[in-house]
Amino acid sequence: MGKLARGVALIGAGMSKFGAFPDKTSRELFVEAFIDARNSVDNGIDNKDIEAMFLGNFSSDLFEGQVHTGPIMADWVGLVPKPVTRTEGACASSGIAIRCGVMAIASGLHDVVCVAGVEKMTNLPTSRVTDTLGAASDVEYEFPVGATFPGLYATIATAHMKKYGTTIRQLRTIGIKNHDNGKLNPKAQFPLSIRDLMEKRIKKLKEKGEEAPSWRDEFDFLEDPRANPVVAWPLRLYDCSPITDGAAVLFLAAEEVARKYTDTPIHIIGSGQGSVQLALHDRADITTILAAREAAKMAYRMAGVGPEDIQVAEVHDCFTIAEIVATEDLGFFKPGEGGKAAEEGVTARDGEKPINTSGGLKSKGHPVGASGAGQAVEIWKQLRGEAGKRQVPDVEIGLTHNVGGTGGTCAVHIYRR
Amino acid sequence: MEVLTPEASVKSFYDFLKERKIMGTKCKKCGEIYLPPRPLCPKCVDSELEWVELEGRGKLVAFTSISVAPTHMLEAGHTRDNPYVFGLIELDSGPTVSALILGVDAKKPENIEVGTRMTVEFVERDDRVLLGFKPA
Repeated sequence: MGKLARGVALIGAGMSKFGAFPDKTSRELFVEAFIDARNSVDNGIDNKDIEAMFLGNFSSDLFEGQVHTGPIMADWVGLVPKPVTRTEGACASSGIAIRCGVMAIASGLHDVVCVAGVEKMTNLPTSRVTDTLGAASDVEYEFPVGATFPGLYATIATAHMKKYGTTIRQLRTIGIKNHDNGKLNPKAQFPLSIRDLMEKRIKKLKEKGEEAPSWRDEFDFLEDPRANPVVAWPLRLYDCSPITDGAAVLFLAAEEVARKYTDTPIHIIGSGQGSVQLALHDRADITTILAAREAAKMAYRMAGVGPEDIQVAEVHDCFTIAEIVATEDLGFFKPGEGGKAAEEGVTARDGEKPINTSGGLKSKGHPVGASGAGQAVEIWKQLRGEAGKRQVPDVEIGLTHNVGGTGGTCAVHIYRR
Repeated sequence: MEVLTPEASVKSFYDFLKERKIMGTKCKKCGEIYLPPRPLCPKCVDSELEWVELEGRGKLVAFTSISVAPTHMLEAGHTRDNPYVFGLIELDSGPTVSALILGVDAKKPENIEVGTRMTVEFVERDDRVLLGFKPA
């Protein structure tokens, strides 16, 4: 138990630009990501080699009014009549699609599969997006008394602050760090540092002939309600990942055929997935996500590595507090010490444990169903030394941590060059 | 499978709230109390449960003040400048529930304290009665 019957490797990975694209639907975003992924396969890949597709998608149903998205995506990239299966685990939809792809190959059923994620979110006004994301909470018991997604993570934050003394400044540090990274990612929705955003705002006010506030630094800027309004206290706008359109595509192959496609495959050496009660009120402890601990334990055991061996990680920072909890659940830091570690720069790009070099969901964007596959795109680039200006030198082992909703589902994968 | 009268369901939870009663189910084997009520104890994987009425007293264990509301809360008047407080209440009898938090200043969430003693205040909203709690 807990082992793969044969090895699985990533042989290609790509993504669309993440952002808000009023003139695009899921289909165009998906085609863009597919072409980018195909171009990343060193020796090329022919559609006839791809035997099946696993597609992560949270809710084209509510976002676009389109159910049965799988065959459309397969058709748009020429994979019909191959089997396509849609997976749904809220924001972990494509994280679990990766695991399905791994299982399909490890079992011997397929040699090469396409794993993908897509989400088109920006058609709806913010209140309707809030409703749709709220549908991933407990709609019978949480939603009626006013819970929202930012609200539930804010609730986790107040519990974490009370139990461990985590500070609002530590939350803001996560946003600043991830925007610093995202600035170097051309695919990011907001490739700007918080300082850039601050300076842009000052410039705009001056152009309008208005007096610009004299913010001392980024932290001061982030505490100004005019620049950074509260969404769900203590979380403000820049503690929340944006509403995003985007797609990401991966190609997975059995080890024995991977070298046909590339001399530098990225081996998927660990895969884990867990669950926990959906409603926060049903959990024993809301300062940690049991599903993430379970998924991490499973993935570490399969890979034969521990948290100390991970050199670069993409974790699910849908909200700043979520990254703090993630780095604790993955065992990078002790419970309650995630915020402090970020404040000390440990998780910065040049720190001991670089987290979210892509900019994370915060700056890169969070097209929910595509985010898990998007994380794997960054690890693919980092482990192959192709991450450009945000490259962490000499990294061999990476990890992705993809959470659905407030943690009801979590998928963790570990990769080695 | 033994079926309670009424059945332990989402419907009966809200029907009881209309009678101003907080009703949970208790596992006859392990004694765990479930609120909202459940028809099966996930610990014992056993369906021998009984109804228990719970007192509306407890403490605030976590909360938030929400400024960006979903449609149904917007319709209840919670626009950006009129935030509301959502929180988790751990009842003295054991279970924790999600609830609207009343009687606190949603515009000054930094003054709201985790650990505050709370007492139930039922909230009529459309055709439903919801769980609300206010400082005791």
